[in-house]
Amino acid sequence: MRKIRTPYLLLLPGFAFLFTFFILPIMNLAQTSTQTPVGGGDTGQFEQTLRFSNYLDAFLENKEQFGRSFVYATIATLLALAIAYPLAYAIALKGGKLKNFMLILVIAPFFTSFLLRTVAWKQILGEEGFVVPTLRTIGIISDSTTLTSTSFAVVMGMTYNFLPFMTLPLYASIDRIDPRTLEASGDLYANGFTTFRRVTLPLSMPGVVAGTLLTFIPAAGDYVNAAILGSPNTKMIGNVIESRYLKIVDYPTAAALSFTLMIVILILVTVYVRKAGTEELV
Amino acid sequence: MTKDSISAKGDLRLTRLTKSYGDFTAVDDLSLVIPEGSFFALLGPSGCGKTTTLRMIAGLEEPTVGSIHLGSTDITTTKPYQRPINTVFQNYALFPHLTIYENIAFGLRRRGIKDVEAAVDKVLDLVELPHLAQRKPTQLSGGQQQRIALARAIVNRPALLLLDEPLGALDLKLRRQMQIELKWIQKEVGLTFVHVTHDQEEAMTMADTIAVMNEGQIEQMGSPADLYDNPKTAFVANFLGQSNLIKGTISGNDGDSHVVDVFGQKISLPKNRSHANDQSIYAGIRPEKFRISRLGTPTSGNILTGGHIEDVSYIGVSTQYQVEMPWGQELMVFEQNDDGVAPFNKDEEVNISWEPVFTFGLRGDEDATAGSEVNPEELDEE
Repeated sequence: MRKIRTPYLLLLPGFAFLFTFFILPIMNLAQTSTQTPVGGGDTGQFEQTLRFSNYLDAFLENKEQFGRSFVYATIATLLALAIAYPLAYAIALKGGKLKNFMLILVIAPFFTSFLLRTVAWKQILGEEGFVVPTLRTIGIISDSTTLTSTSFAVVMGMTYNFLPFMTLPLYASIDRIDPRTLEASGDLYANGFTTFRRVTLPLSMPGVVAGTLLTFIPAAGDYVNAAILGSPNTKMIGNVIESRYLKIVDYPTAAALSFTLMIVILILVTVYVRKAGTEELV
Repeated sequence: MTKDSISAKGDLRLTRLTKSYGDFTAVDDLSLVIPEGSFFALLGPSGCGKTTTLRMIAGLEEPTVGSIHLGSTDITTTKPYQRPINTVFQNYALFPHLTIYENIAFGLRRRGIKDVEAAVDKVLDLVELPHLAQRKPTQLSGGQQQRIALARAIVNRPALLLLDEPLGALDLKLRRQMQIELKWIQKEVGLTFVHVTHDQEEAMTMADTIAVMNEGQIEQMGSPADLYDNPKTAFVANFLGQSNLIKGTISGNDGDSHVVDVFGQKISLPKNRSHANDQSIYAGIRPEKFRISRLGTPTSGNILTGGHIEDVSYIGVSTQYQVEMPWGQELMVFEQNDDGVAPFNKDEEVNISWEPVFTFGLRGDEDATAGSEVNPEELDEE
């Protein structure tokens, strides 16, 4: 009997924590999302009226920010993938003795706060940084163009901040590939590119899927990058939720938006994982 | 070059091949011809350079010095995928994300061969695993994976098939069975096989020609029987089976034989089986060539007297004796249990005799233990 109970006992702390700090708040959020302001009451006073059209109203009112969130998150995810894949590949297959040191470098940004790093990007892309003057000298951007407060800055910030989340799972899955399977591919008449396409990439798909999910999901709900590096024109859905909650004190709309975001992400992720077909992999 | 190399065929010629890693020389000035259609084994202990040699032939390593020719085509610097050479890797290296069918079809598809299906079906029949086509490699046993790795290579009909310790991961019984099967498949498909192994029994069972490698060089090359009956060096004598090497001096000649003085006793050694370069010599005799006799029993051929049986191990088909000689050396003797003679007992005083034609002579300045001390752990992995 004891043996059967042990796994449940091990699960208990996790479940208790999740129940208190995730399930209960989410149920509370669900309740709030269908409330309406109390007629003649103070700001922040709401009553339950089961008004489900809160969802439609909230969505229609903010569909631009919704769209922007997913576009930004997608671009940032693809950029991070493009940067992280060669990086993880090099560390895993060519890193040799420096493997662990290079991995530490990848996670080194975590030693400073997320907020600070984002503010640093404001400096990097600002007039006083070296990027803007350099690009102007080369002639890539005109003298009147700035980089801060643009969607470019927001996407760059997100790409940078989520890069380790992309790199680590990619590294883990590429590192697991037996180098002899790559040799076998070359031995069986596949050149470097074909070997990558037919062997390396398929075998690293679990890492690609994990990395893109770990980047895309937080990126779609992110508001820090847009708040610090963006402008009112680059507002993402996270910024709307934040201001509805903390500034406008419109809890039902904020709750409805949160739920909508969650559901959209859930659907996208399900479709993506199905398409990527990772269950086919070993 | 590319188009030429992929259709190259003929004998494989390694010319003065050297591979160095910093100060370490893995393969040292090695020259070798492997005739088309032969089953060739590179045999040696781990670290002798045999796998490095194989990897250079496959194109996975580039030689520091020297050249590799297949027929008349120089393939020394040709990329692996441009060589008509396929490898059966030590741990098979099957593609885990592909089915068995797609694993085997991989090489055919890369070369744009038509009728992949017929070729794959045929080779699956050859290795007797047609029912596993749609499985993934991890769903197969070790022996099955081994056959699929072989099928994946031979389906391409390469000019040369390289086998890197292909049976190393299998248990003994399965290994013996696969040895016979591999030999049969080689005859069946008629390809040139180059087999790298540290297992002397495996090399002897399968190969037409064996090159015994040691410290990056070839010690001796020849048929299994040649190498076993007439080894040229102590390393070969000890690495291939077991040998008794008795120190002696050539004291005279008697027709086609040397007379060798062995601690005061005289034995005869055919001149054409002596590889000594001066008077100092090791007389080598395989343990099963010895006969033990009780004192006073008539014997012929070479005789060494004054033996004392130190140890007796009965192992069914034969009995193994350790016989201590007057000069302190322990000789190993294997006697077949087929002549109705009662086995000898420990501590009996005996003579040892053998036919002089079985004696081989090695240089007296050699290390008599070379090749005999193989670390048992190394037998399991390269």
